[in-house]
Amino acid sequence: MCVVCGCSQTRRNEASAQLNKPLTQAGTQTTSAAVDAPVPETGPRIDPRSGDLDYGAGAARVSVPGLSQARAIKLEHDILGANDRIAAHNREHFAAHGVLALNLVSSPGSGKTTLLCATIEALRQRHPALPVAVIEGDQQTAFDAERIRATGAPAIQINTGKGCHLDAPMVAAAFAQLHKHSHEQRHAHVHEHGHDHGHQHAHGVRHSHAHAHGHEHTAPSLLFIENVGNLVCPALWDLGERAKVAILSVTEGEDKPLKYPDMFAAARLMILNKIDLLPHVQFDVARCIELARRVNPSIEVLQVSATTGAGLDDWLHWLEHELGHDHDHDHGHGHGHGHGHERGAGHSHASEQALRERVAQLEAELAQLRHTAAAPG
Amino acid sequence: MHEASLAGGVLQLVDDCAQREGFARVLELRLEVGQLAGVDVAALRFALDCIAPGTRLDGARIELIETPGQAWCLGCNSRVPIAQRGDPCPACSSYLLEPTGGMELRVLDLQVSDD
Repeated sequence: MCVVCGCSQTRRNEASAQLNKPLTQAGTQTTSAAVDAPVPETGPRIDPRSGDLDYGAGAARVSVPGLSQARAIKLEHDILGANDRIAAHNREHFAAHGVLALNLVSSPGSGKTTLLCATIEALRQRHPALPVAVIEGDQQTAFDAERIRATGAPAIQINTGKGCHLDAPMVAAAFAQLHKHSHEQRHAHVHEHGHDHGHQHAHGVRHSHAHAHGHEHTAPSLLFIENVGNLVCPALWDLGERAKVAILSVTEGEDKPLKYPDMFAAARLMILNKIDLLPHVQFDVARCIELARRVNPSIEVLQVSATTGAGLDDWLHWLEHELGHDHDHDHGHGHGHGHGHERGAGHSHASEQALRERVAQLEAELAQLRHTAAAPG
Repeated sequence: MHEASLAGGVLQLVDDCAQREGFARVLELRLEVGQLAGVDVAALRFALDCIAPGTRLDGARIELIETPGQAWCLGCNSRVPIAQRGDPCPACSSYLLEPTGGMELRVLDLQVSDD
């Protein structure tokens, strides 16, 4: 009897021969009860004694008119599942190596690369020991990676060809390249100081993080992933980053967050760039922030000019906060929050309060349900 | 045009499934696409039609089921329907909405044939 549908053995052999591959065994063993009752492949199972008909006895547990029920397959798989599994692996990998990875998304020409160059220069002044690396995504050319390398930071260019976004496997491969290159440099350094750490795993291949990593991985580092310039597609692809940072320049128009809501919904931070041009363009900053918060009530907003350096300190503060070493510099900004940049004081505070209340409410409901479930009877 | 990549993802899922289950082609494929999933249903259908020839999806009837967007409104503490991100709460007009449903992007099931 066919293990898939309960049809005759012959049928199974034919199918196997045709496909030259074994049929699945998974979850279909229950049909073996029908051994004595071979039935037409599209019909119900017939009880040999009573003549009762069972349309739900096949693997699909349901009758589909005109089709063999054996051929209905329930999948329920996320279309992005394969990407998300690799993204989860990237995330685990970054965590194990102390890497803060940020996915920078925007339309083309918003000033991502200029902002990155300025950020790298500024970080070098404030945190000379902090390693910063960049993965650059563009359809063509290595122009951006070259601009980053000119600052002295390591960079890997990904050319997507006709692709409109980076995906998790691309980032895994690029990080392996980046890590290999910078690792070789640090490896030499480490040996000079007589440390011994056998760190020899092959990157880009799934591996366990249970082994002891060399000491150089415990120090935090920063990885900027500059996505392909596109306000639509990159929103859907998780790369394993800590957060998506959406960059919007004031020359693009204040209505972009509402026109491209998925991107701003996916981002944790919106950087309004090129604010030095505000006197020359029609751009209502307050309205832009309001529209961004319609699609993402908790989005943080910073206002920056990468070319003049205005607001750059706020961005550096944000990065320091994410890196976990907050404000060990002498810029005299106090706590750094609430000056010049919007952390969403009023609006987000209200939403945080409402969320807390909601959490408390759900916890109470859960406790009650547990209590009911635990009760005898 | 990320729908082309998504169509490729669908085909990959179908091919992986064919490896496991041993079938030759797909007769019918049902996909669930949430209203808030960031996917244009028409573009996805077009992309699937484009990649189908020569694959197991050739000639398959493809059904795209659009699930409605849902959000939790922090303004009125209730679950409300929303058609797209950035829309106000239909009950209290607040924009403090946390989407809770309609983000699905899944292959539900398929009808397959061995020949």
